[in-house]
Amino acid sequence: MADTLTHVQVRPAPPRRPHLVSGPATGVLLAALVAGLVAALVAGISVGSVNLPLGQVWGIVWAHLSGRGAQADPLLSQVVWDIRTPRALLAALAGAGLSVAGVALQALVRNPLADPYVLGVSSAASLGAVLVPALGGTALAGLTGALGVTGAAFAAAVLSALLVYVLAQRSGRLLDSWLVLTGVAIGYLCTAATTFVQLQLNPTELQGMMFWLMGSVAGASWTDLGVPALLVVSCLAWLWLQARSLNALLAGEEAAVAIGVPVARLRIGLLVAGSLLTATVVSVVGGIGFIGLMVPHMVRFVVGADHRRVLPVSLLAGALFLVLVDLAARIADRPNELPVGIFTTGLGVPFFLWLLRRRARGGSDAT
Amino acid sequence: MRLDLTGVSAHIDGRPIVDGVELTAGPGEFVALVGPNGSGKSTLLRTVYRSLRPSGGVVRLDGEDLWRMRPRQAARHRAVLPQHSQISEGLSVAEVVATGRHSRKRPLERDNDTDRAVVATALRRVGMEGAADRLMTALSGGERQRVLLARALAQEAPLLVLDEPTNHLDVGSQLLLLDLIRSLGLTLLAALHDLDQAAAYADRVVVLRDGRVAGHGPPLEVLTPAFIEEVFGVRAHVGPHPITGRPHIAVASPAMDAEGAPEVRTVG
Repeated sequence: MADTLTHVQVRPAPPRRPHLVSGPATGVLLAALVAGLVAALVAGISVGSVNLPLGQVWGIVWAHLSGRGAQADPLLSQVVWDIRTPRALLAALAGAGLSVAGVALQALVRNPLADPYVLGVSSAASLGAVLVPALGGTALAGLTGALGVTGAAFAAAVLSALLVYVLAQRSGRLLDSWLVLTGVAIGYLCTAATTFVQLQLNPTELQGMMFWLMGSVAGASWTDLGVPALLVVSCLAWLWLQARSLNALLAGEEAAVAIGVPVARLRIGLLVAGSLLTATVVSVVGGIGFIGLMVPHMVRFVVGADHRRVLPVSLLAGALFLVLVDLAARIADRPNELPVGIFTTGLGVPFFLWLLRRRARGGSDAT
Repeated sequence: MRLDLTGVSAHIDGRPIVDGVELTAGPGEFVALVGPNGSGKSTLLRTVYRSLRPSGGVVRLDGEDLWRMRPRQAARHRAVLPQHSQISEGLSVAEVVATGRHSRKRPLERDNDTDRAVVATALRRVGMEGAADRLMTALSGGERQRVLLARALAQEAPLLVLDEPTNHLDVGSQLLLLDLIRSLGLTLLAALHDLDQAAAYADRVVVLRDGRVAGHGPPLEVLTPAFIEEVFGVRAHVGPHPITGRPHIAVASPAMDAEGAPEVRTVG
């Protein structure tokens, strides 16, 4: 009786490791990303539309960190501590949130082209945001006024995710193709409604809205940081606990069930975590595109698809990427600022096309 | 590990697919599930790998209701080689096999020496030990099937359920896969298409037709030429195998004459 299937010779393993970075090298990569992120934050705080000497900038930061902020020059303090610092931190949080949301939603719909906006969340958030000025002076002005632009965007995003969930499930089980199609359909609906509402706005209101629709971390304040920070940390913690299950899910729903993964519950959790993260980020910084799509893919090319590596590396890479992109948006056309979405998308679209072509060729070697 | 299905029924989209099936596999026994396409084999197996809850009846493992177990507990008792699986893009062979350890690990527990040893042993048993660091996307269909079997073995479950495990394999790989699974000493329940393979490898067969058990027992007692013709609509002959001399089931289309040429029939 044969003990092994030895008659077919397995082709000899190629000398290279399966992933560019694996094993202990992952730790080195994580350390490098942390160092890069710290450096990028330092640069983000040091550089801006006004040139300030570095010593002065960090003198102010140090004064605030050590509780002596009141003694610093009030004008410089405002620039450095109230504008630049929360802005750099918000960029890091938004980048981290979007890429982790991308990992969650790509695992949920098992489609490599899924991004945080695949479920229509960002289109809904935009709609919620434009409704605030549009409904001013109507019967609903009280409600929208109480929510503010951020609150209305968040509420609309959560509502749309809820709607997608209700429409894409059958007896509590989420169906891949329904999720994507329902999300895309809801997204189109919200985009059409947003366009209609925009036409009703006056040019001043429209200008403010446009900047928001393009995505921007400008105008960040310390109070914007709390909720995104809390959600990024808690969603990442939950996803981290599911990392083994997410790996099993790569082989398909049936295989994951066989291995012992509570798939129905896991997928609902992924939908909730992905939508909450996306809704939070979008409601604060607007529709910043492609980070949630490109960062997880780039990370997988480097470390492979094991979520125990993909999750932390994506978090740091996403944060680093958006801090750098925001820096570029501020200094490319000084003293003017360009919407950050132009840079993420400008870099994202070529990547997307390359990915598409690579997949069309079979792409079996470098994945 | 003993598997008992008692009066198991299953519906898909409200349509009854499996109706009151009784099936037993004793410890170490190889039970083959055979039947025409659409007879409910895969649906019945799905009630055993917990992908479809039975609408009636009970699935028991050593007397315990499988559907009342927690997912991880169930996975420690029965492993599955499913018919449909997606290629885990971006995972290496060893990483895919390691996902089979899911039910043995706490969420944040790291892989230890035991896990690595189990993965290595599983890969050796399926003859893929040299491929541990290759990507799943770089393997042939037959190699992938062996990796998925290794993943099931890494669960260390005493019951193994297989849904047409020889699909897409060349004849040599088919027979070696069957040799391999029979040598594992596990309780086996496998849906098979090839009646001759079922007869050669299984201790007992259960024949499904239209979601019901049409016959069960030792293969050669159940799979008589008359019974095969009745269930599958093909002519059958049981005789000594020309090579091994063991009983062998040969089948032919009813339209096939002695020379092997299909009879020309004018329709209309």
